[in-house]
Amino acid sequence: MKNVLILGATSDMAQAIAKKYAAAGWSLTLAALEKELLEPIASDLAVRSGAEVQTLEFDATDFSIHRKLYDSLPTKPDVVIAAFGYMSDQIEVRSNDEDIRRTIDINFTGMATMLSVVADDFENRGSGAIAAISSVAGDRGRQSNYIYGSAKAGLTVFLAGLRNRLAKKGVHVMTVKPGFARTKMTENLELPAALTASPEQIADAVFQGLEKKRNVVYTLWMWRYIMLIIKHIPEFIFKKMKM
Amino acid sequence: MRKIADWGNYPVIEADVSGFDTTAQLQQKLEQPGDVIAFGNGRSYGDASLQNKILLTRRFNKFLSFNPSTGELCCQAGVLLSEILEVFVPKGWFLPVTPGTKLITIGGAIAADVHGKNHHVDGSFGQHIRSMDVMRNDGTVITCSPSEHAEFFQVTVGGMGLSGIILNATFRLKKIETAYIREESVRAENLDEIMDGFEASNDWTYSVAWIDCLAKGDAMGRSILMRGEHATASDLVEQAHKDSPLIPKNGLQLGIPINFPNFVLNPLSMKAFNFAYYNKTRPGTHKHIVDYNSFFYPLDAINDWNRIYGKRGFTQYQFVIPKEAGREGMRKILKRITESGLGSFLAVLKLFGEQDSFMSFPIAGYTLALDFPISVKAMALFKELDAMVADYGGRLYLAKDSRMDAAMFERTYPNADDFRQAIAMLNEGETKFSSLQSKRIGITS
Repeated sequence: MKNVLILGATSDMAQAIAKKYAAAGWSLTLAALEKELLEPIASDLAVRSGAEVQTLEFDATDFSIHRKLYDSLPTKPDVVIAAFGYMSDQIEVRSNDEDIRRTIDINFTGMATMLSVVADDFENRGSGAIAAISSVAGDRGRQSNYIYGSAKAGLTVFLAGLRNRLAKKGVHVMTVKPGFARTKMTENLELPAALTASPEQIADAVFQGLEKKRNVVYTLWMWRYIMLIIKHIPEFIFKKMKM
Repeated sequence: MRKIADWGNYPVIEADVSGFDTTAQLQQKLEQPGDVIAFGNGRSYGDASLQNKILLTRRFNKFLSFNPSTGELCCQAGVLLSEILEVFVPKGWFLPVTPGTKLITIGGAIAADVHGKNHHVDGSFGQHIRSMDVMRNDGTVITCSPSEHAEFFQVTVGGMGLSGIILNATFRLKKIETAYIREESVRAENLDEIMDGFEASNDWTYSVAWIDCLAKGDAMGRSILMRGEHATASDLVEQAHKDSPLIPKNGLQLGIPINFPNFVLNPLSMKAFNFAYYNKTRPGTHKHIVDYNSFFYPLDAINDWNRIYGKRGFTQYQFVIPKEAGREGMRKILKRITESGLGSFLAVLKLFGEQDSFMSFPIAGYTLALDFPISVKAMALFKELDAMVADYGGRLYLAKDSRMDAAMFERTYPNADDFRQAIAMLNEGETKFSSLQSKRIGITS
């Protein structure tokens, strides 16, 4: 039986992804900061599809234990999905050093340290696939969330490099860039329906993307073109825009 | 803050909207004073789940346990009926009661005490609840059942979310052999024929009629009676069905991408639709094997069908009148509706069985449900209809209502007073459960 390790398994996207893998007959290892939140998620997956589920406490910012944590896993995964992330309201905290650091620690450093551990194992085994949730916010710095965006930009580059390193070793790395998503991060916001993906749509994109070995996945196709346009606006115009 | 509405898109309000994953998070939210109401999947039609502060329950949607020998399921209240069907139909289980949409939460099904095509046999959804946990306004959790904290249970089933936030519920699914329904459809030429048809169909588990509310004169009440039983394995004829009897072969999923302009719905277009539907069925009795989705949830196959009514929104007028008053009452009310020319393409008639609940909608009698685009004329018509319904000893369904006044509620729900007092007692403290509807019809202040 194949095993998937989901890091940050309490997010709405991660939960939808877990359901996809459970339904497809995989066993799951769910890791998250608050382990008690994982219990109902695990029982839900077991009732739904009889999936074997293990839960595990995982702190993305406790970098030094990432290797130990991975080494202690009783079942080494075939697929790792990194879905953890952190976004604050930037207007309130853009000059708060603790929040800037937290944003970068979780979205970039924690991803880099943990996935490096996974990469070493997969490289040794000569198989495996990694998917990580980055963001369209990392495609260009915009005044409304450039701190989060720059951490995600770092992640996107990290994943590109990892993909380049591991491609010849039989290990696939996929970058996922959801646009707007209807999740708990955005439940009190009005989002344009046509541009907003549900967690289930994102889960489908991740599951199928990995099957087809996609490199970079925008969960709704429009976003690839929206970001293409945004990326190509000349800086001297872009800096005067409100985005 | 964001804009939010229920299924009828009327009214639309600005509200502070948030969800919760754990009871601890919910407790924290309830510590903040003010009025609050639970919001499931937004399929009540009016303002029953609208308030300045809204608690979304959809994320609280985990299956907690299932006993495959008894069919007993325990799940959190944000689980949709559709999720239960997806998981359990392939295992050979079905919902004990289901309304005409599967896109509602368990919490909503209990709070509105929903009914289905088997009401005359199996009663309402709430009658199948063996136990549930409900969080009160002070953050305490009450485990209640028909025997434990029975009074609290009674005001919560059909209590429109005013006693607390339903956290989880335990109930039994029923065993099925196939995902199909053995359906008979019978064309009835007028109101008398359809009522005879219902009375002759008492032995069927499921019965409902689609009624053409635009047919006038002698043809008034012409309709199609549909009755059904869960098909057994030996009922199936097609090889594809026999091969995997519990995996239904469904039809297409269609979508309505945008709100239709208001002029699209007019007496002519609606008449054309009703006529087409009616003529699909030739006179006499027809037998089919249909998948459960086509039988129970024909409208769920059209995503966002509410958009067909345009930006102004719509309401569904659903009333019940006692069986004794049925024939005469239904004739007069239907006549008034057909005369108005405002009626809808969706009109559903059903004969309820006995029910004696504290606040629930069903009573032994006939219920009719029709959609109306919101308009000044329609609002005036509803006032007239209200008076007739009340005179016949009937009442309106709170889950569909967006406009009834307090006097009508008071007059037609015999336990209105006791319910108001019970809710006032439960709501003592700084956090109160109330909805725009509960204020409008005078249950809460």
